[in-house]
Amino acid sequence: MSATSRIDAATPERSAPAGVPRLDVDPFSTEFFEDPHRIHDVLREAGPVVWLEKWGVYGVARHAEVHAVLNDPLTFCSSRGVGLSDFAKEKPWRPQSIILEADPPAHTRTRAVLAQVLSPAAMKQVREHFTAMAAAKVDELLARRSFDAVADLAEAYPLSVFPDAMGLKQEGRENLLPYASLVFNAFGPPNQLRQEAIERSAPHQAYVAAQCQRENLAPGGFGACIHARADAGDITAEEAPLLVRSLLSAGLDTTVNGIGAAMYCLARFPDQLARLRSDPTLARNAFEEAIRFESPVQTFFRTTTREVELAGHRIGEGEKVLMFLGAANRDPRRWENPDRYDVTRRTSGHVGFGSGIHMCVGQLLARLEGEVMLAAIARKVASIEISGPVKRRYNNTLRGLESLPITISPA
Amino acid sequence: MPSITFVHPDGRAQRIDASNGESAMQAATRHDVGGILAECGGNAMCATCHVYVDEGWLARLPAMGDDEDALLDGAAAERRANSRLSCQIKLAADLDGLVLNLPDRQL
Repeated sequence: MSATSRIDAATPERSAPAGVPRLDVDPFSTEFFEDPHRIHDVLREAGPVVWLEKWGVYGVARHAEVHAVLNDPLTFCSSRGVGLSDFAKEKPWRPQSIILEADPPAHTRTRAVLAQVLSPAAMKQVREHFTAMAAAKVDELLARRSFDAVADLAEAYPLSVFPDAMGLKQEGRENLLPYASLVFNAFGPPNQLRQEAIERSAPHQAYVAAQCQRENLAPGGFGACIHARADAGDITAEEAPLLVRSLLSAGLDTTVNGIGAAMYCLARFPDQLARLRSDPTLARNAFEEAIRFESPVQTFFRTTTREVELAGHRIGEGEKVLMFLGAANRDPRRWENPDRYDVTRRTSGHVGFGSGIHMCVGQLLARLEGEVMLAAIARKVASIEISGPVKRRYNNTLRGLESLPITISPA
Repeated sequence: MPSITFVHPDGRAQRIDASNGESAMQAATRHDVGGILAECGGNAMCATCHVYVDEGWLARLPAMGDDEDALLDGAAAERRANSRLSCQIKLAADLDGLVLNLPDRQL
């Protein structure tokens, strides 16, 4: 905890600072992805702040510290990247995001634009269509009975509404999920997942860059709405495509894994499906609880802009701090029976969408998609059974499944 | 420690003890006041902690920010002149006795 130990930690050897528990776990490993909960518990119980030797970074896994770091964006900044890579020392793999990887005051202006494009009022405009599409999807799947809840539901439903809502062309949409997977892998360390994703990224990057241009976005969609804000002078014409890129990066794979998480929960916990069926108005909360329970976005980094004391530990300037959102969402200091999926839980305060100024700007869109899908299931589906091997998908940031074979029966 | 009252649409009044410095939304969720959803957890991003401030109290509250103003336009229940988001009402001793009316819906 002494100031001198910080000098040691700033050297390339990255030795652990005195007083901070050192842990030899790799949160970006297959072992971790297969069973994060056990290691989350180790991280939480080791202390409020830990040192991860493998990558030479601080970590916070308790709800209080994760919340505190998220809500002090001037000390724990985003402009040096929200992955392991420090943009002050390393060139970003793609042009830096002007919202996710920005700090106030620059962030305030771009954030206001996306917040308006995805506002409660904007959600009212698309709600009816999203609801009808969810009902149609469930009807189609009930006719099949057995299917893969990842490809045929968790991916298929958002793909049936989001690209149209954005105003994207039909051609090339198959690039959307690989691009998002790349973005979320790239927040991780230079491991195989990240390196391979970047090596294969050229066609996906080219597709997304083209789709962000005004002429490729249909009138009335979220993309066109962003460009319209450039006409209004709120952003520049050069900034508009970068904000469209933010929605294409973070607007699809996240909801895919959120809906996938909810399906996996309902398939594993039939009593909770029964509770939801008895009161379909619980659909929105059942989705929210799945976000808390599975935390589809597991981690984000911040970088310190100054020396700061966190939970009694002194952290120097320019240090990366890894926030374990999934661990915070199951911290027994904050949650009763944290390992229980409970569709009636009061979920307010979970950090599955983050917290503070960078809290997911698309959270209302995610909740809308999750709610209308679970409401359709609550009304139409009597049972969900896992009917084949469940396979996990590995990503440095996103937690979700590769395959979830299920069989459903009609209500 | 300020004490505040939430009035449900059916007229039922629920009086709760709040802590100095917490928001009216935080006090409501802590005491499990139904009718305050607070999906975004107090970040002024969701408009699901909408309240109608009782007459006489409105002018004594902190001024409304642009974010809150824009969000209230999209609130599920009708926006009125006394509409506020309860996550933006920070409580202190001078708000002891505050009365907040709940809308009929938040979604």
